Amino acid sequence: MNLKESAADLEFRAEIRAWMSAHLVGEFAPLRHRGGPGDEEAYPELRKAWERELAAAGWTCVGWPQQYGGRGLSIEQQVIFHEEYARAGGPGRMGHIGEGLIGPTLIAFGSEDQKQRFLPGIVSGTQFWCQGYSEPSAGSDLANVQTRCWQLEDGSWRVQGQKVWTSLAQDSDWVFVIARCEPESRGPKGLAFLLLPLDQPGVSIKPIRQLSGSCEFNEVFFDEAVAAADDLVGEPGQGWKVAMGLLEVERGVSTLGQQMHFAHEMELIVEVAKRYGRAADPGIRDRIGHAVCGLRAMRYNALRMLSGGQGEDGRLQLGREALIYKYYWSNWHRDLGKLAMDVLGPVGDVPSDDPAVQRLQQVFFFSRADTIYAGTNEIQLNLIGERGLGLPKEPRG
Amino acid sequence: MSLALTDEQLMIQEAARDYLSQASDSAAVRSAAESEFGFDPAVWRCIASELGWCAVPVAEDCGGLGLGPVELVLIQEQAGKQLLCAPFFSTVCLGTTILQAVGTPAARELYLPNIAAGELTLGVALPQAGVQWQAGEVRAEANGDGWLLSGRVRVVDGASADQLLIAAELAGTSAWFMVSPDAVQIKALETWDGTRRFAEVILEQVAVATRCDEPEADAARGLALARLYIAAEQLGAAQACLDLTTAFVAERKQFGRAIGSFQAVKHRCAQMMVAIEAARSTIYGAAAQAAGQCDTADLQLDCAAARALASDALFYSASEAIQLHGGVGFTWEYDPQLYFKRAQASSHWLGDASAMRGLIAQQFMGNA
Repeated sequence: MNLKESAADLEFRAEIRAWMSAHLVGEFAPLRHRGGPGDEEAYPELRKAWERELAAAGWTCVGWPQQYGGRGLSIEQQVIFHEEYARAGGPGRMGHIGEGLIGPTLIAFGSEDQKQRFLPGIVSGTQFWCQGYSEPSAGSDLANVQTRCWQLEDGSWRVQGQKVWTSLAQDSDWVFVIARCEPESRGPKGLAFLLLPLDQPGVSIKPIRQLSGSCEFNEVFFDEAVAAADDLVGEPGQGWKVAMGLLEVERGVSTLGQQMHFAHEMELIVEVAKRYGRAADPGIRDRIGHAVCGLRAMRYNALRMLSGGQGEDGRLQLGREALIYKYYWSNWHRDLGKLAMDVLGPVGDVPSDDPAVQRLQQVFFFSRADTIYAGTNEIQLNLIGERGLGLPKEPRG
Repeated sequence: MSLALTDEQLMIQEAARDYLSQASDSAAVRSAAESEFGFDPAVWRCIASELGWCAVPVAEDCGGLGLGPVELVLIQEQAGKQLLCAPFFSTVCLGTTILQAVGTPAARELYLPNIAAGELTLGVALPQAGVQWQAGEVRAEANGDGWLLSGRVRVVDGASADQLLIAAELAGTSAWFMVSPDAVQIKALETWDGTRRFAEVILEQVAVATRCDEPEADAARGLALARLYIAAEQLGAAQACLDLTTAFVAERKQFGRAIGSFQAVKHRCAQMMVAIEAARSTIYGAAAQAAGQCDTADLQLDCAAARALASDALFYSASEAIQLHGGVGFTWEYDPQLYFKRAQASSHWLGDASAMRGLIAQQFMGNA
């Protein structure tokens, strides 16, 4: 065990810090600490410009191999990048679906042609993606996809059906979907993984208003929407394998960045507790102490995940600490939202322009989604019980 | 940066697991708990002399192996898992930690080589109130070149130890003294948790010639480490509760199915694992901090967090173990009761979880 950073790593940290403080200014100054979860609608155009600013200096796709336009950073350096980016108040990344999900998926499963056509747009921060997995009848039971697709004689595909909870579809250029290409198939079999441009007659996007009032999510309807013949990833029928190939594992790296946001939110709670005379309240102090315990647990848990070694395929291995991670942080964050509102008391009841109060209100409302998206609490506990503890599976209908 | 264990650390962990799963199984723990001094001398001899665990944290110039907090945490985790009954906690985790953190050169030279060789056991005072080593229960006053100690304090392994390490209030500050059992009155306590013995030690004008600690030494680091070692033991005990429960619910059938296949049961086991792994990450992280050159304030916060999480995880896991075992969980025969009693007893040593959160809040946000 060794928590010391090498001189090279410390230097790298300083380089990012310097770059952020030199660039997150001027026209980009309003973006500091904006655009995170619950605040996804903030400044979409300016955040796209910020993606190009990052790209110009080579700060997008930092973990990708250099041959695909990435920076080829080691895991340690990726962690450092995400930490310093977040510490500097770097805005929520408009390009994160492209950089974190579809890009790595194409690198692993895409054809050479697909890599050449799609990866540069992600690296340059000019092409934005959204994810079309969930459907009204395919939530926790994600494999129960009903959206259909079929291939015409010219090789192109048509897609018919509906996706839901599609984040930032309104600001995206392309969507990747899983759809059923074998009509009689059920569950994870018989699915195809397709790439579609959103700007076409067969696609319509309808925003969903969330309990917080904002509209980050959408319903996306496909009515004979077209995917080109070359835009099938993997083989027909293998779509589930492609879709699941990169979930979970690579997320570990960006979690240390997420924790910097959490630490910032905790500082805001202390700030408002002092401002509104709640800092001496023993109950509040106990809960703040508890929240700090969680923050330490998450930091060391993430370091444990990243220290778990890499398998023969060079990917991180999933240990017990990785299995609990999503459940832990999402419930911790939800509790933090409640703590923030309890500190604010009556002040919290009124929508506020004060940056600290506004941010904490967003945490309170949006964190209710944290324990639902990307595997609900209930699904997470099943996974932990079955994969982590080897308990027998529940019979399924 | 890495939290991965070295090969040597993995070996220590495995050796502790192998030995204790045999020497400290349920039958051995129950028998030790009913013995006069609460441990089996043969097991203690093996740990102290043959396996050399007492030498693990002791500095090399005092005859030890000079290993660090990580190694001791790994041993403590296994000790907690098996509810090891032995004066290892008092002598090594508490006594040695104090002597190395604040001890005078003379005290280190006098006691540490014997501890490392497994030839000396210490009883160590654990106050019944507060979050410091000394809570004013024993007072020291100058007496010529030495001191006179008076008061009454609870001492871990006080009835069996060769020497007693006592913290006392000295003119508004704190000081450590080594006291011979012959010079004090000792009342062995019958405690609900029979796996760790305590005695009440009564001191009436006990004359001691020297104090063990440097007056200017910083006590915070030793206190933080002691909390970390308690946390590691609690982590192991919590893991044992989960292991017992998982095995039971996978085996026990009702309504024609293993009860562990029902989400109502499975999810509760999963939640135990969440609490345990979060505590484990924090404890390993704090141990890695302690092994490096870290700031004392950072170490204090990490160890307090580790202690709070482990303490809560253990009580939660022990309670759930009883509940999920159903009727047999309430019996003397099944083991959850042993862990439940340790969970409650250990919850307040050197401050309970709520006190830890108070310390953390103080450090994180300062005064109101």
